[in-house]
Amino acid sequence: MPVLSVAGGGNGHKLDPVSIDLEDKVSLQRGATIFVNYCLSCHSAAYMRYNRLAKDLKFSDDPKESEKFVAKNMLFAADKIGDLMKAAMPIEDAKDWFGVAPPDLTLLARYRGPDWIYTYLRSFYLDEKSPSGWNNTVFENVAMPHVLYEWQGTQKAYFTKNEEGVKVFDRFEMIKSGTKSPQDFDKDMRDLTNFFVYLGEPSQLKRQRVGWYVLLFLALFLVVTYFLKKEYWKDVH
Amino acid sequence: MQSLLEWVDARFPLLKVWNEHLAEYYAPKNFNFWYYFGSLAILMLVLQIFSGIFLTIHYKPDVGLAFASVEYIMRDVPWGWFIRYLHSTGASAFFIVIYLHMFRALLYGSHRGPRELVWIMGMVIFVALMAESFMGYLLPWGNMSYWGAQVIINLFDAIPVIGPGLSEWIRGDFVISDATLNRFFAFHVAAVPLVLVILVFMHIVALHRVGSNNPDGIEIKENKGADGIPLDGIPFHPYYTVKDIVAVVVFLIVLSSVLFFAPELGGWFLEHDNFTPANVLQTPPEIVPLWYFTPYYSILRACTPDYMIYLSIFVGIVGAMTLFSARNIMVKAVAVVTPLILIVGFYTLEAKFWGVVAMGVSIMVFFALPWLDRSTVKSIRYRGWMYKTALGIFVVTFLVLGYLGTQPPEGLYKALAQIGTLIYFAFFAFMPWYSQIDKTKPVPERVT
Ligand code: HEC
Ligand code: HEM
Repeated sequence: MPVLSVAGGGNGHKLDPVSIDLEDKVSLQRGATIFVNYCLSCHSAAYMRYNRLAKDLKFSDDPKESEKFVAKNMLFAADKIGDLMKAAMPIEDAKDWFGVAPPDLTLLARYRGPDWIYTYLRSFYLDEKSPSGWNNTVFENVAMPHVLYEWQGTQKAYFTKNEEGVKVFDRFEMIKSGTKSPQDFDKDMRDLTNFFVYLGEPSQLKRQRVGWYVLLFLALFLVVTYFLKKEYWKDVH
Repeated sequence: MQSLLEWVDARFPLLKVWNEHLAEYYAPKNFNFWYYFGSLAILMLVLQIFSGIFLTIHYKPDVGLAFASVEYIMRDVPWGWFIRYLHSTGASAFFIVIYLHMFRALLYGSHRGPRELVWIMGMVIFVALMAESFMGYLLPWGNMSYWGAQVIINLFDAIPVIGPGLSEWIRGDFVISDATLNRFFAFHVAAVPLVLVILVFMHIVALHRVGSNNPDGIEIKENKGADGIPLDGIPFHPYYTVKDIVAVVVFLIVLSSVLFFAPELGGWFLEHDNFTPANVLQTPPEIVPLWYFTPYYSILRACTPDYMIYLSIFVGIVGAMTLFSARNIMVKAVAVVTPLILIVGFYTLEAKFWGVVAMGVSIMVFFALPWLDRSTVKSIRYRGWMYKTALGIFVVTFLVLGYLGTQPPEGLYKALAQIGTLIYFAFFAFMPWYSQIDKTKPVPERVT
């Protein structure tokens, strides 16, 4: 059985930490826009609906307007706002082109973790030996081309050998800069990662909000039950 | 109201049941922390059944639909995420509660006479609970669901002669497939819960027949007042009902903290590799069962060909000790023959088979506990240093084996798991000796 090449690779590329903030709606909106424009052509997010996106990401304060915005600007691969976010490209075509079907990305953040995504998105490098011309330091021999190379630019990876003689990642070198500065590109990728964390579990914020109320209620209830118990147990010696 | 009660009571022994099991069930007055976990286990059983029913309303037991139906529950069903997390967090919480509940018996000798049947029914519950969670874990049809079930069911292949047929019978197919998912669903939502409810009922009926033990390990029924009521007993209701409710609230606070703020608990309660659908072509980097199975999984993997020599020495020592201390000639014969058969077996059958056996024995050996323990006292409070030390080492070993079960069995980790496995079995195998020669303290007449 083929074994999945794992997070952080065996090649010593440490994952870069990323800060996640689901309250930052602007960041989430930016991430969603990048996702819909650059990823949804190949990848699906097929457990997610567009109208949920509109509701949670608040592209406008008015929910109706927010839905209209999503319908107008994001609905490339679907007809109705209540549709699931399917990929534009049929799976069979994708398999023919890349050898593997691009996986569904709805649960990516829960599966890989945000740091992995953030690092992956910024770690594509030129590799003549790969069919697409690209490779990735955290996903060896990835079949996905670097779709955002125009933004980031083109980088080469350098490797060294460690004491045991194993090839380990050393550094990247930019050989052609992109249309965005490294800072801007990193920020975009952080927004995209932030969006993936939202996408993996849209109810997260609600879950935590409800959690505080539940704990508050239980704490009050604890006081009541504690004194009830004390009252009854007065006469047990 | 009163007349309604009378009407019912004339037709159903309402008052009798109420009195026998609550209002006039006399429990020792000195219950401590460890005595909360029985009621908490009932709470968990109810919560699992309740949340399970709601999940079943939307879940689809079909390999093409199962994974998506769980995500549908998480996203489109109102409060579906709450129900799902209640069930997933609840499964782990249930095992924590049960492990602490069982540990209480090891502390206070609750498994000893006259409570052997309470303990045995408890053990049957424990085995049923493991089956319940094992089958439930296949249902979301994530990649770890699939590979976990694959690995565990394939173990049966190692049993000589009947193995391959048996594993095929369990799966209903040559591989884990739709047939497997459907039958696991049937067992998980109907058969096993039913069995659990009946067993819990019997567990409590048996307990109420003999009465509860307590942290002093004293039989309160031996000290009764003129009215026939144990002097150290208090009615379960209202005293323990109000006390247990406090514990329930504290427990719910802990449960909610995980459920609402860290439902994955860093991969311990919901594994990362289960957030990607089952994929026959993509084995997860490391196949690990959920944490409550990992001690036994460690024991399973410890049994490699180079380990057989240590197992042989171990059964040899236990056999020799039995031979010298047994008085009955039959027992002496068994003590000679069994190790010999085992040692021959260790070197003729696959090590993998012995791994399966060791795993099975590591669970089943708990059944024998009431008879392995030969101490004159029940409670740890009046035992000597030997039992205390043995129990302490056992607990540490159990936890270490649990951790090792989540790690690749290589190098130091493998050696540690192998040593741990021997310690695990030594705790039980040598108990008849160390529990007997251990110096005990005098047990007081009345509870303290
Ligand atoms: C041209 C088609 C295409 C586009 C556009 C594309 N991808 Fe991919 N992607 C793929 C393919 C094919 C794979 C499978 C790689 C493999 O398994 O080797 C993949 C794999 C991935 C993976 C790894 C998934 C995993 O956990 O195994 C991630 C993450 C990913 N893509 C993110 C993105 C993001 C984010 C975008 C948008 C910026 C994007 N992709 C755009 C084709 C594409
Ligand atoms: C669904 C699971 C279970 C439920 C609901 C349950 C419930 C209970 C309850 C309510 C009590 C009385 C309260 C208490 O002493 O804490 C009890 C006692 C007991 N249980 Fe369980 N139990 C379960 C599983 C088990 C298991 C797995 C074992 C051990 C193998 C076990 C062994 C015992 C013993 C020995 C007692 C008597 C304790 C004493 O008197 O000191 N139970 N159980």
